[in-house]
Amino acid sequence: MANRIEVALKPGSRDARGERIKREIEHFLHLDVEEVCTLDVYTLDTDLTKDELEQAAAGPFSDPVIQVWAIDRPLATGFDFAVEVGFRPGVTDNVGRTAREAVAYLTGRPCASGAGVYYSVQYLLKGRLSVADVEKIATGLLCNTLIQRYTILSAPDFAGKGGFPVAVPKVSGETKVEVREIDLEVSDDELMRISKDGVLALTLDEMKIIQSQYRDPKVLAGRKEFGLGAKPTDVELECLAQTWSEHCKHKIFAGTVQYEDEQGNKQEIKSLFKSFIQRTTKDVRERMGEKDFCLSVFKDNAGVIKFNDKHSLVFKVETHNSPSALDPYGGALTGIVGVNRDPFGTGIGSKLIFNTDVFCFADPFYAKPLPSRLLHPRRIYEGVVEGVEHGGNKSGIPTVNGSLVFDDRFAGKPLVFCGTAGFMPAVVNGLPGYEKSIKPGDLIVMTGGRIGKDGIHGATFSSEELNENSPVTAVQIGDPITQKRMFDFLIRARDKGLYRFITDNGAGGLSSSIGEMAGECGGCRMDLAKAPLKYPGLNPWEILISEAQERMSLAVPPEQIDEFLAMAVRFGVEATVLGEFTDNGVFHMLYGEQTVAWLPMDFMHEGLPPMQLPAKWIPPQHEEPVLEEKVEYTDDLKQLLSALNICSKESVVRRYDHEVQGGSVVKPFTGVANDGPSDAAVVRPLLDSFEGVVTAHGICPRFSDIDTYHMTANAVDEALRNYVAVGGSLDLVAGLDNFCWCDPVQSDKTPDGAYKMAQLVRSNQALYDVCMDYNLPLISGKDSMKNDFYDGTTKISIPPTLLFSVIGKIDDTRKAVTMDAKRPGDIVYLLGKTADELGGSEYLALSGVIGNKIPKVDTVKAYQRYKAYHDAVNQGTVASCHDLSDGGLAVAAAESAFAGGFGVAIDLSRLLWKGDAAGKNDCTLLFSESASRHLVTVHPEKRDQFEAIMSGNCFASIGVVTEGQELSITGLNGGTVVKADLVELKEAWQKTLREL
Amino acid sequence: MKQTRAIVITGNGTNCEMEAAHACRLGGFDEAVIAHIAEILSGEIRLDDFHFLNLTGGFLDGDDLGSAKAQANRLKNAAVVGCDEKLVEQFTRFIADGKLILGVCNGFQLMVKMGMLPGWDGNYLNQTVTLTHNDCGRFQDRWTYLQVDSSSPSVFTRGIDKGIYLPVRHGEGKFLCDSDATLARIEDGHLAVLRYSGADYAEATMEFPANPNGSTNAIAALCDPTGRLMGLMPHPEAFVHYTQHPRWTREELPEEGDGLILYKNAAEYVRNNLV
Repeated sequence: MANRIEVALKPGSRDARGERIKREIEHFLHLDVEEVCTLDVYTLDTDLTKDELEQAAAGPFSDPVIQVWAIDRPLATGFDFAVEVGFRPGVTDNVGRTAREAVAYLTGRPCASGAGVYYSVQYLLKGRLSVADVEKIATGLLCNTLIQRYTILSAPDFAGKGGFPVAVPKVSGETKVEVREIDLEVSDDELMRISKDGVLALTLDEMKIIQSQYRDPKVLAGRKEFGLGAKPTDVELECLAQTWSEHCKHKIFAGTVQYEDEQGNKQEIKSLFKSFIQRTTKDVRERMGEKDFCLSVFKDNAGVIKFNDKHSLVFKVETHNSPSALDPYGGALTGIVGVNRDPFGTGIGSKLIFNTDVFCFADPFYAKPLPSRLLHPRRIYEGVVEGVEHGGNKSGIPTVNGSLVFDDRFAGKPLVFCGTAGFMPAVVNGLPGYEKSIKPGDLIVMTGGRIGKDGIHGATFSSEELNENSPVTAVQIGDPITQKRMFDFLIRARDKGLYRFITDNGAGGLSSSIGEMAGECGGCRMDLAKAPLKYPGLNPWEILISEAQERMSLAVPPEQIDEFLAMAVRFGVEATVLGEFTDNGVFHMLYGEQTVAWLPMDFMHEGLPPMQLPAKWIPPQHEEPVLEEKVEYTDDLKQLLSALNICSKESVVRRYDHEVQGGSVVKPFTGVANDGPSDAAVVRPLLDSFEGVVTAHGICPRFSDIDTYHMTANAVDEALRNYVAVGGSLDLVAGLDNFCWCDPVQSDKTPDGAYKMAQLVRSNQALYDVCMDYNLPLISGKDSMKNDFYDGTTKISIPPTLLFSVIGKIDDTRKAVTMDAKRPGDIVYLLGKTADELGGSEYLALSGVIGNKIPKVDTVKAYQRYKAYHDAVNQGTVASCHDLSDGGLAVAAAESAFAGGFGVAIDLSRLLWKGDAAGKNDCTLLFSESASRHLVTVHPEKRDQFEAIMSGNCFASIGVVTEGQELSITGLNGGTVVKADLVELKEAWQKTLREL
Repeated sequence: MKQTRAIVITGNGTNCEMEAAHACRLGGFDEAVIAHIAEILSGEIRLDDFHFLNLTGGFLDGDDLGSAKAQANRLKNAAVVGCDEKLVEQFTRFIADGKLILGVCNGFQLMVKMGMLPGWDGNYLNQTVTLTHNDCGRFQDRWTYLQVDSSSPSVFTRGIDKGIYLPVRHGEGKFLCDSDATLARIEDGHLAVLRYSGADYAEATMEFPANPNGSTNAIAALCDPTGRLMGLMPHPEAFVHYTQHPRWTREELPEEGDGLILYKNAAEYVRNNLV
């Protein structure tokens, strides 16, 4: 019989969780509630005796100082409605899993198989609420019905029933394991129906390629040997759909593009990836020659570069957009713990040293109606922030750098970028750490979590637009602790040389990881019946493509397997041998004795012809705003400081542990009150060395409304100028590109596909051009190409977005520079020229205008200046440096001043100007977002040295740091155009998101 | 001379083992071993071979049953392979042998939930205080000024003048007692070693964010009456060098960070008393 243990706070103990829910009910749902109390509920489907239940309740399940407990008896009193929320059957229940383990320790005997402990939360609501109100609270706030279930009881019902009945959310595994054959000798319409109904996301052309493969007599003969007929099995079809999904195969980046520019010049581009991204790296590396620091690029889960002679750096940035749209918390949590596995599974394995996060949301205060399937941006914001918080903090990896970017089009799909860097020995057991291999005969081993129905069709579903019918099972919930345990074990197994190859199980699950591993040696034979399952009843195809989390796949030499498995047991990690690698050219899946998939490797990986993609660039023309000259811009500056894209994100950043591992040198916040926004992060991965890692990023989707070429150039420049600002070296720095696009494939649903494709081409062109000039090899990246929402009537496409991340080195972290003004009397310099470039700026966005005059990057001059600036940093002449980006000079100066706690006085007439003098006025000088500029302060005694180092570059002394507590800017005609107290400016900057 | 040996327990969600071991070495320990709990439960590593035990920060078992609850249960109930004892017996023997334990953040939570602190009357397995959710309801990473009680018996804080500046990084750091009598006994015994305070360390404070969690009497750290066991929410291992300070680029700071003194004191105590 199942039992319920309820745990409640003692009277007088503060219920922080209840208070937060109360605030959110009032804020989100505009309902008044008097009080919200919460209880923890454990449902035990176990064989515990009464004594043992009491020991569990009094021991691990409750805190005697602040809590009381009861077994099979309700504790709730004094409420009007009770809502209980737990997980749906089969959904990852981390608390339940820990509780089950605790019970096993307590009783000294393992839990019987099938026994379980399930966690739920009871919310007690007090106030004048209707049933409909409570229903709204339950579904709108307390419960995500995709993954959770809820029950509502009014106080009288609760009393009548004696509380909530015991309900065990166990998966009833009645499904009979079966393998279906699918008849592809059908009409085209029928082929498409098969693809659509099965969430296979295969096009008609692709279905027909599969159809003809199964007509090939040689293939049929091969299949016959293993008892398979002429029809593909569901395992095979699902495996092909996963392998060929946009998510895994990157068909758009691999496709052939017919590009036509605005002058009608036509060009055929065979693979954007090869033509631009890979070529960038190749060409930069060639030019670097002996100074080349790239070790492993584009071929592994993450890129690897040299750090010093003994260590290498690993970096990867991923997105997890579609799952985060459906379940923001679970999707984002899975995003961060998922990207952790990339560097961990790179080379022979690396230790994880930091995370980075960039989130793109719609306005959290959005007040217009939304299509029914979309969650409110504020809920996405809350969920994503919390998911990444839990994933990062619990994994013990500092979150050192990030951004929040706002644009209402991200209501269609939020973008959740998560990055993780790793650190590996240059040599592991005598071999380069970034290399790995598989020999035929090596065993296929899966470690970590078990397989369930979670995350089925994740790869194919994210290859489509979000729609009404997006599948529930595509969502997973991460479990950072299971993963951490696995990492603790595997990093030790690595050092003992117990495995030969490691990779992660991400999108596509075993189908993807084993499929790719089999490519290393030429085949595999795996028994899906051996895979450990969360609950019975999974069909073989589900086992193969499930994206259940926290799993790594390894190749273990047979002679090491005993030691590997024994060590896994000691560390409490599940490890299972599923089969072996072969060299017979076949991806061979069994279920017990029966062959369920027999796929020639060359067909899986090479069978798909490139997509044909039209692209036509027609530059958009926006209305050019006429800006009236103002006498005074103080109010405009304050408005800008409060704008979502500029304002302080401290309420979010403080929730992320940015200091764990002890290596933090430049933190996200700096300055006299620890609240000024740093440009980049500096971390020491080795605590007994002063060598540091620097990371930064650039992202500016607003510019895509004008031209993605310049959007991209600005993003790359922003990343590098942030990196340079804190002292990053230009001799060892690499880039990562993450493209998040709206669907660029011309179709009925996307009539403007050729334009969006042209935007993608232009972005790639800029990536090559700028990275070449900046000597930036690209070492890894990812694309996510279907960031649209479409429910048949409303379509929301995100603005094309490139996140450009950089990682590199600072030789001596003690020379790092922060952005806060340091001392009165310091000289203020602006490095770089300013131009009439307000197009796509935050300033124009204040009045809802886009404009056309997009900032253009002068890469040659910028690079030369960055190098000189780096020398200036190395020689200790720079007191502070802040990059100019959103909001231009005025915002940067305000931030530098209030972060430092000193005034700044600037004279706009001293700025260097570029281009037509007609556009030069106070407004453009203050707010133009011209690229490649830094605001630097220098102690007077270092003035000569600084200027000597910088000579030959565009820079000008434009003002001074003052004792007074105000920002004062003099306009071109000598009048004061900005004058404001630092307290006011800081308040304007901090107030917007402070309470979120 | 015999070696001074520190051990840092890791596994099941601890996070700060590397920097804690680094702090031990920097503080003067001849050896600092990072031991996975699996290696202790398997009998490969025994606590008896060490003088200073570090229970570090992290999220033991994800804090799923409340911070450190599941690990407290594990340590109390798990048996060590190959001998007749439970792990908890190694702990109580370690304490009885007069050795040192420092619990930081999640380690502090573990110590109070096992009942090791305040540890009156030689009873180190009796919970009377707790650490629970911050009043602000959120995880917080921020630096705090910590006023020291110079009359405290803690061996770790000897020689601290007014206070120290350290980061907190926790969601469950609010200190609470089961009764007023417990609180009074803590205060009478000067067991509340550190309190959240203003920048001048003059007055303890209940104001957020200087007091990041709303702890009773602004208590940030607790020791047992012998002073050899101490737990604290802030992270001393996170400030052992000036470049870890949030304002090192604008202030003149000594080479060593404020947190190092705890490890130096521990090493000195071990050298003088235990080897």
